[in-house]
Amino acid sequence: MAKFALVDCNNFYASCERVFRPDLRDTPIVVLSNNDGCIIARSAEAKAAGIPMGAPYFKCRAQLERCGVEAFSSNYALYGDMSARVMRVLDRFVPRLEIYSIDEAFADLSGVPGGALQYARRLRATVCQWTGIPVSIGIGPTKTLAKVANRFAKKQARCRGVFDFGASPDPDLVLDWTDVGDVWGIGRKHAKRLRAMGVNTAREFRDLDRDWVRRKMSVTGLHTLLELRGMPCFGLDNCPAPKKNIVSSRSFGRPVKTLDDMREAVACYVTRAAEKLRRQRSTASGIMVFLHTNKFIANLPQYSNSEYAPVHPATMHTPTLIRAAHQLLERIWRDGYSYKKGGVMLSGLEPAHGRWLSLLELPPDDRPQDGPLMRALDGINARWGRDTVLFAASGLKRDWRMRRERRSPRYTTAWAELPVVRA
Amino acid sequence: MISFKQCEHSCVLGKPVPRERLVRLAGGRVAAGFPSPAEEYLERTLDLHELLVQRPEATYFVRVSGDSMLGAGIHDGDILVVDRSLTPRNNSVVIASVSNDFTVKRLRLRPDGPPLLMAENPGYDPIAVTPDSEFEIWGVVLHVIHSLQS
Repeated sequence: MAKFALVDCNNFYASCERVFRPDLRDTPIVVLSNNDGCIIARSAEAKAAGIPMGAPYFKCRAQLERCGVEAFSSNYALYGDMSARVMRVLDRFVPRLEIYSIDEAFADLSGVPGGALQYARRLRATVCQWTGIPVSIGIGPTKTLAKVANRFAKKQARCRGVFDFGASPDPDLVLDWTDVGDVWGIGRKHAKRLRAMGVNTAREFRDLDRDWVRRKMSVTGLHTLLELRGMPCFGLDNCPAPKKNIVSSRSFGRPVKTLDDMREAVACYVTRAAEKLRRQRSTASGIMVFLHTNKFIANLPQYSNSEYAPVHPATMHTPTLIRAAHQLLERIWRDGYSYKKGGVMLSGLEPAHGRWLSLLELPPDDRPQDGPLMRALDGINARWGRDTVLFAASGLKRDWRMRRERRSPRYTTAWAELPVVRA
Repeated sequence: MISFKQCEHSCVLGKPVPRERLVRLAGGRVAAGFPSPAEEYLERTLDLHELLVQRPEATYFVRVSGDSMLGAGIHDGDILVVDRSLTPRNNSVVIASVSNDFTVKRLRLRPDGPPLLMAENPGYDPIAVTPDSEFEIWGVVLHVIHSLQS
């Protein structure tokens, strides 16, 4: 029988901050979205203190201060590095791994020495020691049950972070305990409908008639049902398909009113997106630019628009993409508005090496001077930090850039921001 | 480096492709013509990271502030290479968090009492770990990076 394990980092962003701040071990922590807008992550203590998820920072600032909550701007340089560390440790010790999100991974623990439960306990201790990040591990015969087990492991202190359906004397108790809306794959809408019919728990859902579920919730619902019954419908995907789109967009720190500022912002987003593109060794064959004003300010004139253009031949060359994006921007730009947000999306992605080449002309990014240029650019920025070398088009002053007043140091990715130890 | 599709494509076209052109297209840096006698002996340049870091996922760099560890060759401003995957032993130089502050000291394990954190500078007393103090070993220091330029 398969043994799926879901490894999930506990309150990941807050935990990342704590690795380098032992003084915050018991302090409630929240992490704010880009631009310090909303609360996007909370430590267990902040949840217990009743700090709501998604709340606008400026609205609950007083409450945070009253409860002694420490607020951080999001520090994705740190979170990304810590995530990679956790995944590398997992990868070292499990036979097969599927990275599912920045803080979750599925692993295959069938046939590990000493049994899955004991192995998961050691794995959890190792991840915590090596990286400083606490994780919870749930084990089950299907991915959906591994998810349920993980939730149980996290919420029930007596599990000490690990729960295995296979080693449980009464697995049905766990399904009784699990709310139907917390089952992986059952959306909010379906959960509401199910509850209206008196189906409140994962166990009650599992015991529904399969044909009925197939009719009412389509094949997705049926898969969830079968997985809860222990029949695997989803395998381990250890080579996820490359992303179909890359989006780079932000809300601006202050409204953008001039075309010059917007051109800088757009060039900057293209630069960011093209870096990602090259990291996954893809080329883009289409680009979209979009912008809009702030819909929440009622008395302001409102405008939003987007425009798409194909890029031919497909490319990973930043200046080519910036040129295309600027042409699109010029088409949709209207003077006289205060723009709140803008962005670009690269689409039609395909692997750089799988595409047809014309023998008569080399694609722009293979031109002798450009390939090395992009490589050198990425190399320099990877080593010395983002934007060490940048395109003048993306601007030097960047007034539109986002607010991040409460960002912690980039402890693991910037020489100037290393943790300090007293000697 | 030559990918299957490129190969196939050049054949599908049915035209003879000059050999040099193919090599260049494939992205190789092999120059057609006179071969370099050193080519066979090319190796990677030495990478300090490879020497100093055994387990990248468990290795952190920290900056030193203070002079209590001069005797161990650790100066103010140095960078320490810290490995969290290692279990500290007696006499390991460790990073410890003591009352919510990171400190670097030599760990003295005692069979008949709580561990001591020893400075390597006569001006500093050992720190005794009391049962109620917030104390945790954060990692084991493997290397000191000390620059001779000020």
